[in-house]
Formats: sequence, structure tokens, C-alpha cells
Amino acid sequence: MKLTDQRQIAAERSAVWNAILNPEVLKACIPGCEELTGSPEDGFEAVVVQKVGPVKAKFKGEVTISDIVEGESLTLSGQGKGGPAGFASGSADVRLSDVDGGTLLEYDVDAKVGGKLAQLGSRIIDGFAKKLAGQFFERFQDGLEPETAGAAEDTKEQETKKGWIGRVFSS
Amino acid sequence: MPDGGIGAPTKRREDTRFLTGRGKYTDDFTPQNTSYCAFARSQVANGVIKSVDTSAAAEMPGVLATFTGEDFVEVGGNPAGWAIVSRDGEPMKEPKRPVLAHGKVRHVGDAYAAVVAETLEQALDAVEAIEADIDEQDAVTDMASAVAGAGSMVHDEIETNVCFDWGWIEDNRAATDEAIKNAPHVTTLELINNRLVPNALEPRASIGEYDPGTGDYKLTTTSQNPHLSRLLIAAFVLGIPENKLTVLAPDVGGGFGSKIYHYSEEALVLAAAKKLGRPVKWTATRTESFLADAHGRDHVTKIELACEKDGTFIAFRTETMANVGAYLSNFSTVTPTFLHGTLMAGNYTVPNVYVNVKAVFTNTAPVDAYRGAGRPEATYSLERVIDKCARELGIDPVEIRRKNFIKKDQYPYASAAGLEYDSGDYDTLMDGLEKVADFAGFEARRAESAKNGKLRGLGINAYVEACGIAPSNLVGILGARVGLYDAATVRVNPTGNISVMVGAHSHGQGHETAFPQIVADMLGVDPQSVDIVHGDTSKIPFGMGTYGSRSLAVCGSAVFRATEKIIFKATAIAAHMLEDKPENIEFNDGVFSIKGTNKNVGFGDVALKAYIPHDYPIEDLEPGLEETAFYDPANFTYPSGAYASEVEVDPETGKVTICSMVALDDFGVVVNPMIVTGQVEGGLAQGIGQALLENGVYDDTGQLLSGSLMDYAMPRADDLPNLVVDHSHATRCTHNPIGSKGCGEAGAIGSPPTIVNAVVDALSRGGHDVDHIDMPVSPSRVWAAMNK
Repeated sequence: MKLTDQRQIAAERSAVWNAILNPEVLKACIPGCEELTGSPEDGFEAVVVQKVGPVKAKFKGEVTISDIVEGESLTLSGQGKGGPAGFASGSADVRLSDVDGGTLLEYDVDAKVGGKLAQLGSRIIDGFAKKLAGQFFERFQDGLEPETAGAAEDTKEQETKKGWIGRVFSS
Repeated sequence: MPDGGIGAPTKRREDTRFLTGRGKYTDDFTPQNTSYCAFARSQVANGVIKSVDTSAAAEMPGVLATFTGEDFVEVGGNPAGWAIVSRDGEPMKEPKRPVLAHGKVRHVGDAYAAVVAETLEQALDAVEAIEADIDEQDAVTDMASAVAGAGSMVHDEIETNVCFDWGWIEDNRAATDEAIKNAPHVTTLELINNRLVPNALEPRASIGEYDPGTGDYKLTTTSQNPHLSRLLIAAFVLGIPENKLTVLAPDVGGGFGSKIYHYSEEALVLAAAKKLGRPVKWTATRTESFLADAHGRDHVTKIELACEKDGTFIAFRTETMANVGAYLSNFSTVTPTFLHGTLMAGNYTVPNVYVNVKAVFTNTAPVDAYRGAGRPEATYSLERVIDKCARELGIDPVEIRRKNFIKKDQYPYASAAGLEYDSGDYDTLMDGLEKVADFAGFEARRAESAKNGKLRGLGINAYVEACGIAPSNLVGILGARVGLYDAATVRVNPTGNISVMVGAHSHGQGHETAFPQIVADMLGVDPQSVDIVHGDTSKIPFGMGTYGSRSLAVCGSAVFRATEKIIFKATAIAAHMLEDKPENIEFNDGVFSIKGTNKNVGFGDVALKAYIPHDYPIEDLEPGLEETAFYDPANFTYPSGAYASEVEVDPETGKVTICSMVALDDFGVVVNPMIVTGQVEGGLAQGIGQALLENGVYDDTGQLLSGSLMDYAMPRADDLPNLVVDHSHATRCTHNPIGSKGCGEAGAIGSPPTIVNAVVDALSRGGHDVDHIDMPVSPSRVWAAMNK
């Protein structure tokens, strides 16, 4: 299945770019990610637990980053094997551009599943893939944007006005 | 004649048990100490098996045995039942089809390992513990790519994805090419006959048993033809002596072709039962049915119709690619060839026909015969191109067909595609159709639809098919590796009631009701005193089973012949009892009498005499009253029909609603009109499913996208109009004793082109330049065609 969407993020393009290459950020943003090790250059090894319809599985796989145009675009590709549940693979072409008030992140996702997952039917799988992609980029966006004053209880963090990705970088 | 003989619309006696939940299907049998089998199936469409490690699975709770492809390297493969020779004289390519995949997996769902455990849940858990290292390779799912051989080979050892390249009739090729080259008009149409997933209500299931005390095996399985399965298992796959193997096919919840074939799971449970000395049961999940049952259709065709400007046909030329999937299923090679190419003259006096079929291996589930088996593909191609031709020439679609119909005084008629049609009357069927479908009122109905914003169309179709497969001497010449007779034993019991053991298997066809009607009619007894025994190789004579609308025409004829023998012998016994010569005895309505006298004896008394031969012509006649007949038909039978359908298309959404479906069929002599009507209605529902809804779709990696009932749309009651079925316009089959032709597949053959013709008609009348839409004619496809 293919899906296309975009998000406007209230952060500098360079900050967005750096975040997307950071393993800690990827780990925090990939829904159900339990482990993620590696580097953008060599690729990442990931363990992701997901429940799709009646099928719950632990996917072990690789995430690679390719087609890097510094500060502008890249492709995130992943494939995971979930044992008897089947397998999933997908890629996201991500493009960044400057807009008023931040950065526009556009993405085209192409996802495929096989095995038991594929037999769940496209109504479940397509909806699930869309939800997963949405969650990923939503977490990513949330992490980059400053939290609103009322939402954060920690006054120290309020002062720094950083999202959690900002904290990852500053820590 | 007793009530309920030939022609009586008797209610189906088997429905008592089916409708009250008392049917007994394979999964309902659980012999003492049964263990359960589950399979590990490939998740990829093409992959090299580097290793299959079952050691962890073997340690799981309750696991009794594990199996991999290695365990079956020494046994045989599941063979194709028909050898096809390519145009260049080369035999078809026959890669081995192993019990479990070995070396490579070739389609999603290809089983590469199995586990037997104390419970089903334990078996399923253990399957998940099997560690398989399968290196995925590029799959080939598209036939054009497969033929080009650009990508991977499904079977590396044969170095091609083309199983055969067949021409029919090759000697007619040059003349057909020449006729088309010189024709005043040629209509060309490219079309796809969509892949169908059979989806019988009851999934496949098998129970293997082995008795160490006797060395006897028993297989209880969902089969349309238990003797054929036994033969394949014995002679080709496992080498079990036939006399040591019983195959039992109890109640079977629908087959539609998909349960003709021997499948690997049957061999596996037998081998496992032998190894464990315990019964081993496997029942498919619906997912396994989608992935591992033989699918149907899947042709890509280009057809050309050459004709005079007045619509007189000169030639049909067809090029077809037929998908056979990853392995050759038992009848996969005959279905797109002799069951398809020989029908490509249709109902017409066309002088030139040439058909080229390439059978193509792909990384998809095997494809084989499915209700109609080749004839729906033939009829669809012919009747779609004829409709397009009529439109191009501005000739009425009824008129162009009538102009070319074989006329009723031309039988027997040798068609240009190599068959000799024995009887038929296509004009009378079309006359009837015009009345029953009320062609005269169509314009008024169309105007009414237009008022509601809907586009209405009328589609028609004429078909002829070949049933009653088949004359063994003919099919032997054409490459069949089996004979296609059938057999029946009629056993008159001492008390006069009758058991009839038949080779055909009943799984929805109503044999248990219809076959007794024949016997009762001939013997003048109550049909309720006659019972059918079927589905158990230890009880029935060696028959070839149920498919190709053959049961009544072939097995019913065997019943007829065996009953004739009963009458012959009973007449001799009666003559002795009446103290006269057999030639002076006549038999009417169950009574033997001396001609011209009132001296007589009833059938029941004769039966008793046969078994209590105290006063019996023992020097001239054996005791007993039991006769067996094997019947091998002299020809195929040729049912034909004329169908009409009106549809409404919603121009806003492209949704097609079927307003009417009228089926007029010539089935020859009808034994039970109620059953025949039910058979046609079922076929129509499946044809409507193919035309509007069903589609087996693989993506380019070989994943089955429509792999569940969520995505594979089966027809439901609200997709169907009121079906009008009429089989009153009958011409007798001239060569079998009953005069019947066969009705099981007709509805699925005649309806798809009728519906697509109607949809194209609706769009054309609505001003859209559309000459074809591939099935299923879904709203999106219709809308796209209207808005291109």
C-alpha cells in the first residue's frame, strides 16, 4: 500500500534533519520499538512488537537510511520478520523544506506485508500501516516542538522550551 | 410407473440430514487416539530453502512427529493426469510436485514442514517453533513476464516458465490465418478471465489411519472422487498397494472442482499415521484454503473474429496464456486445452477455428478445473467478441447469433474445433429466451430506469459446452492418463429393496435422490426402497468420480445399464417361476407376466427367489440378484443454452445492479427438475460472483492480496436477482441410455458473458464509448471506463 502525507513542524530544518538521523529519536518514534542499535551509516537493527488485528508478533529487522541529500531528503527503509506472523517491509521517502514558522516534512510511504499478516485483509493492514506511519511522524513532531506552557509540569523544562527531542540532544 | 420416477421433482432426501445438522463431514470423524497435524507454509512466493530446523518444535509439549521435505525425497510426486504435447511436438514440462517442498518454496502457502501433536493447539504452537531459513528470491506472478523468462524461473530445472505451447487444431492454423487475413471484417478483443478462489463452504480435511495389525491404511478425506485419489496415492505418490488403502469421502460440503485433486496433505496424514500408528487429522483453515486449494480460471486472451459484412462468421482465432500456478495440479493441463479449445466454435457454423494456449508457471497457487473448467473461458471469449462484432457492424446481437447458429436439422454436426455435437436446437432456445426475458418490453424498462437516472442494458449469450467426460478411447488419444468411464453396482436385497453402489460422489448434486429415480422408474418400485452408496472405495466399484457435469450422463448411465442387467436376470428367474420361456415374459411396472395372459409374478417375489433358491433353475442361473456395469460414453454430451440479463448501472458510482437473469438450458432428459433448477441457480450465483465480485489478486511479490473473505468478495443473496430458470426446451442426448446431458456447470458458464454484455450495452446506450470491461465489473472499473 502507498500513502502520502505531510506535517508542519515548528522547528528549524537543521534540527529536524539531525533528529531524523538520531537512533534515540528513531527508537522513541517507531511505535512498539523495544530495541534499536546501529548508526545511520551502517544501518540499524531493530526489535519491534506490534499487534495487528488478532496477530501479535515481535518483528526483528533492519532499518536503513539511504538516498541522503543533506538537509533535504532521505529514504527510511525497514524490513522485519515476525516469525509465524509473517513479515513486513516498508519505506518512507522524506522531504524537508522551509516554511513560515518551521519546517514542512512530507512523506511517501510504501508498505508491504506477507504471510499471516497479509491474509488479514487490506482493510486491516492498510488502516494499520496508515496509523503506524501517522504515529511515527506525530511522535517525531511532538518531540521537536516546544511543549505548551500548560502541558508541562516541570518548570525547569518549561523554561528551556524544548521538546523531548531537544532534551535528547541536550542531555 | 411408480411416483417419483424419471422426471419427478422429488425433494432431495439428503437435505433431511443436511438441513438438520446431521450431515457427517470429514472433520466430524475423530477416531480413538486421534492426533492432529498442522503445516508450516511459505510466507514468500519464491525462496530457496537453506534449512528447516524442527528440533525445537520436536521438543514442544505434545509433539509426536515432525516432517520436512527431506522425509519425502524418496517417494513420488503428485502427477498431472493429462499429457499435453506442444505445437513443436515436444511433451509438456512436468516438474515434480513433492509432498512437502524441498529445495525451494514456490508460492505463498507452499507447505515445507508439518507437525503432528496430541492436540491441534500443540501442533499449531510447534509449527511456530520451526526455524526455517528461506532465502527469498524475486517472484514471477505475471504471465507475460513469466513467458518472457526475464525474471526468475518457477522451476529452475526445466529452464522455462512455459509448461506447453499448444495449438488446436494445428493443421487448421494456416487456413485460419489466411481466412482472417482476407476477411472483410475482423473484430479483435483482449480480455482477462479472472482468477477465482473456490471457497467451498467446507474446507479441505483429511484423516489418515493405519492398522499395524493388518497393514491396512484408511484415508477419510474431502474428495469428489475417492477412487481417483486412491489410484494417485497408490500408483504415484506413496506406493501403498491399492488393496491396502481405503479412501472414504463422506459428506463433502461443496467441491466445485477444488476437491477433485489429490493434495499433499492427504499423503502426509497417511505417512504420519503409518509412522505413529495413530490416526492423524488435518483440517484446513480458511486461510489455508485461500493459499493452498487449486484456484480457477486465470486466462489472458486475445480473440479475433473474422466475418462477412453481413455478420456471417468466417473464423475465430484465439491466443491464450493460462496460468497453472507453481505446480501442475491433476487436471490443470487439460482444463485450458481440450476442455477449452475444443469449444471455440461455440454454437456456430464457423468454418475456421484455431486456438493457441500457452500454460504458464508462476509463483502462485496451482490453478485447475473450477465449475465449468475451460468452457466458461471459451464461452466468455466467444460471446464477448461476438457482441463487440455485432456492435461494430450495427447488427442486433440476437440476429448475428441466429445467422450463424447450427440449425436443428444439421445434427450430428462436426464443429470446426473438432467435436461432433449430437443434438441441440439453438434457435428454439433463443425463441424461448425472447419470450421469457421479454425482449419486447426492454425499451420501456430502459426508459423507466433512465427516469431514475440509471443506465439500463440488455445482455444475451448463447453457449454450448461438453459434459459427460468422456469417451476413454478419444481422451486416450488426446493424452489422458486415465479412462473416464464410470461404474455402478445394483444390489437387489432378498426383501426386494435395493442398494446401488456408484462411482460418482455426491457433494451437493443430489445423487441420493436422482439416481434412485432412474432405478425405480425402470424396476417399477418405490424410489424410497432404493438407496445410493457412494464415497467409500471399500464398498463401491471403481468409478472416476464427480466433475465436468458427468455424474448423471456417465455414472447414471452405468446405473441404467446395471439395472437393465437386473431386469434381464430377473426375467429369467420369473420365467422359471411362471414355467415359460424368458422371451415370452414381459416386464411392466414391477410385474413380470406371460405376454397375453394374466399369469404374473411381482418383482419382490423374484428377488426373494434369487436369494432363497430352493426351487430355482440353479443349473442355468447363479443365485443372487446383483449386477455391475461399467459405462464408457460414446461421445461427450452437449448441453446448450440461451441466457439474458438486464442490468442497471449507476452513472454516479459505476455500481452494477443485476435486474434480471434468465437461463434457458437444454439438458436433454431431466431426471429431477427441482434438483436441476437448484444446480443452475447455484451455477448462476457463481457466475454472477465471477462477473461482479470475485478476484484472486497477487501482488508482484506473490502475496495473495485477496486472501481472506474480507478482501475476496463472494456473492451474497442481495447481489442476486430473482433467477428465472427454464429447461423445458430439451433435445435428447442421442448416445446415452437416459438421454441426459448434464447441468452442474451451465449456470457458471452462461452467466458471466451475459452480464458483461449487459453492462457494455448499458454504457453504450448511455453514450459511453466502452467496448469492454474486464471482470469483475466492479464499481471502480465501470466508473473508470465511463470517465476515461
